[in-house]
Amino acid sequence: MFFANPFKLKKLGVLGMNKRNVYCIGEHNSRKQYPMVDNKLKTKVVAQEVNIAVPQLLGTVCMQSDVRNIEKILEGLNGFVIKPAQGSGGKGILVIVDRKDDFFFKPSGEHVTFRDIRQHISNILSGLYSLGGKPDVAMIEQLVQFDPIFEKYSFEGVPDIRIILYKGFPSMAMLRCSTKESDGKANLHQGAVGVGIDMATGKALYAVQHNHPIDKHPDTGYDFSALQIPHWKEMLRLSARCYDMTHLGYLGVDIVLDKYLGPLILELNARPGLAIQIANKTGILTRFDMIDTATLNQSVEERVEYSIKYFSDTEHDKTSNIK
Amino acid sequence: MISRKYHAIAVATVIASIGLFLLYYKVQILGMPFMPDETKPVYRIEAKITFEGRNRPVHVSLALPDVEEGVHIISEDASSSGYGFTKAKTAQGVRAEWAKRRVTGPQTLYYTFELILHDISKVKNIEEKEQLPQESELLLDIPVGLQSAAKNLLKDVRWRSADPHSFTAQLIRDFSDKDPSQAVKILLAKSNISKQDMLYHMLRYEGLTVKKLNGLFLDDAHRNFHLIPLIEVLHKNKWQRYDLETGKIEKDKKFFVWRKGGHSIIDVTGAKNSKITFSVNKRHVPSRYLIDNKNIVKNSAILDFSLFTLPVSEQNAFRHMLLVPFGALMVVFLRVFVGIRTSGTFMPILIALAFMETTLVTGLIMFVLIVSIGLVIRSYLSTLNLLLVARISAVVIVVITIMSFMSILSFKLGIEEAMTITFFPMIILAWTIERMSILWEEEGAKEVLVQGGGSLFVAVCAYFVMSNPLIGHITFNFPEVLLILLGMIILMGRYSGYRLTELLRFKSFMD
Ligand SMILES: Nc1ncnc2c1ncn2[C@@H]1O[C@H](COP(=O)(O)OP(=O)(O)O)[C@@H](O)[C@H]1O
Ligand SMILES: [Mg+2]
Repeated sequence: MFFANPFKLKKLGVLGMNKRNVYCIGEHNSRKQYPMVDNKLKTKVVAQEVNIAVPQLLGTVCMQSDVRNIEKILEGLNGFVIKPAQGSGGKGILVIVDRKDDFFFKPSGEHVTFRDIRQHISNILSGLYSLGGKPDVAMIEQLVQFDPIFEKYSFEGVPDIRIILYKGFPSMAMLRCSTKESDGKANLHQGAVGVGIDMATGKALYAVQHNHPIDKHPDTGYDFSALQIPHWKEMLRLSARCYDMTHLGYLGVDIVLDKYLGPLILELNARPGLAIQIANKTGILTRFDMIDTATLNQSVEERVEYSIKYFSDTEHDKTSNIK
Repeated sequence: MISRKYHAIAVATVIASIGLFLLYYKVQILGMPFMPDETKPVYRIEAKITFEGRNRPVHVSLALPDVEEGVHIISEDASSSGYGFTKAKTAQGVRAEWAKRRVTGPQTLYYTFELILHDISKVKNIEEKEQLPQESELLLDIPVGLQSAAKNLLKDVRWRSADPHSFTAQLIRDFSDKDPSQAVKILLAKSNISKQDMLYHMLRYEGLTVKKLNGLFLDDAHRNFHLIPLIEVLHKNKWQRYDLETGKIEKDKKFFVWRKGGHSIIDVTGAKNSKITFSVNKRHVPSRYLIDNKNIVKNSAILDFSLFTLPVSEQNAFRHMLLVPFGALMVVFLRVFVGIRTSGTFMPILIALAFMETTLVTGLIMFVLIVSIGLVIRSYLSTLNLLLVARISAVVIVVITIMSFMSILSFKLGIEEAMTITFFPMIILAWTIERMSILWEEEGAKEVLVQGGGSLFVAVCAYFVMSNPLIGHITFNFPEVLLILLGMIILMGRYSGYRLTELLRFKSFMD
């Protein structure tokens, strides 16, 4: 069939864009909190205040005149990431993994020079990558050395784990792996692979690319079914703490797993997308409905336990009984 | 959440019902017709006077038509920047007079009318009454040497005709013959009298009641032509008009008489090379706009606040503005129910407004052309490493250059449609190009096609809605439908079902 049956989708609890905008974002996210999540610099500052682990900030460039000093800021740095504080969708992110003298290497092996970097920062400052062309700030961040467990599942990029929280309860999770097609970025609409994750165990459930189910990573050829994310419970806890920090009822938390530092919060998102449902083959509304009936004001630990207990795909029958 | 939902529904319902009530009141109680009724042609006649100033005071006097019965002038306008303008009643009828102290270089003055015609048959009856008997005249105005030739010709024609009607027709045909007789050749070549005058004098000599008319055929849309001379002959209490080229009677073609009799159309003193040309164009306007509304408006306090109380030029501005909400409705609909991605939320409406001026196909071609040329140039600009503001400004200049170049080129090629290119909002075009090129760099050409195509699709849909004459009629006569629209948009804003594109996106849930 060409189109999905909307009634069946509704029965499966699939969340659509309109409902997300009107109901999830409109009703649960206070506009006042947006700047905190839309600006990665602010997120980082607030997160550090409450001891949430984030990649270390190495420096910022706020004015065009400071672009000249970039050589000083980058002195002695071999791996770093330059990104716009208010960017989104992977736009304007320059990842440098290695350096030889004045040559900086991207994950793909291409190299850039100081001149390119200055140009890139200048573009960021003039708002090329921010919404509506607002002037922006460039932040220089420590390079995350991703955990070797992901090596088989990612092509030239750091995979990140997206967890959606509803009223502070981790509701659904997905691992996003970059591919050759997505150019090392973990954005699904650019061709990255989304892998649905079991909430209880951190095990991979299904993988999709361009909304189509796949079994193996298209570039590395490894089967996703063997994948289990380490430190899973810690990640759930980390994400749940982000709710206490932002009080956004519908929140997307992006986590990366550093080889040495463990799970780090990469960014928060007040308008997380819907593709996560496809990667999990589950409508997220069924879980939201359950959370609506749960008691509120639970602690981080209680909420994480709740999610592990009820939202595990392996115990799907159990959840439907309860409902 | 539930309460907010009902709140929105309640607000939408109240707003829409107010709109519906007003609509009902106007249609049912005041009897304003909801559907557009028949249209009437409105003719716009423009007289264009050009001359060259010689650094002297200039005085221009234009004979204004002495309006016939059956012609109703709805607006009149003299455009004359820097000139003193008056309308004066003189012995030669009403004249438009322009004056300026010191004029140098080429000058142009315009005088425009908009008029409608009433039923022609009534007109004829009225005219019959005012026939004045004309005495037959001697051929005094014709040079003496030619008089005998004229008389011979008349005699000859008299043989070949039966009544004043066939006589006139025959005489005109003789004068217009491609291979004219000797007598006609002499008459035309040797005298410096115009054909119209010559015929006039000869017919008068023949004892007919004749008038000279100069005017315009209203139904051929023409630019920059001269007044057309006609002859009018009275026969059996009826005026009959004759075309000087064919000798045919002009019955059905609507002729607007600018000048009757012999006064000069235009006098220009203090300048040289003065010239007058005329243009006519015709458009159809629902007849209610023209007269009836004024009566309805007078009868009702509500309508005192209607758009009809505004001056005509402001009414026209509103006519366009009132359509924008329909474009917005289309955008909301396509976004919320279908889920089409566009570049810039309301950019499609602006493009649709431009399409209304350019017509759809030309507009589409020009839009695609400008944006693609712009993208090519913009991709070069991006290698120059400019700051964002400078780059956008550069793109604006590029867009303007492309637009002027296309106008000039198309003018040279004679494609007049492309001249309407200026209706495209260039800042919007520049932003579109900028956005598209960033999109191209970051998401690839496919996304550019998806969003650009989406924007154009929405623009075309909005265009179809906005250019619909019925919708134009209804919004203009019943602006309260905007309240209904507002209600609908509020309701759509609360729609939380799936979008059509999502049914594709979530197809995998069906397995
Ligand atoms: N510090 C970092 N180290 C390594 N890779 C990074 C780092 N920051 C971002 N990235 C890469 O860039 C992608 C997008 O970064 P993110 O901060 O989420 O920006 P956006 O808001 O544009 O999605 C991540 O998925 C990751 O692949
Ligand atoms: Mg991200």
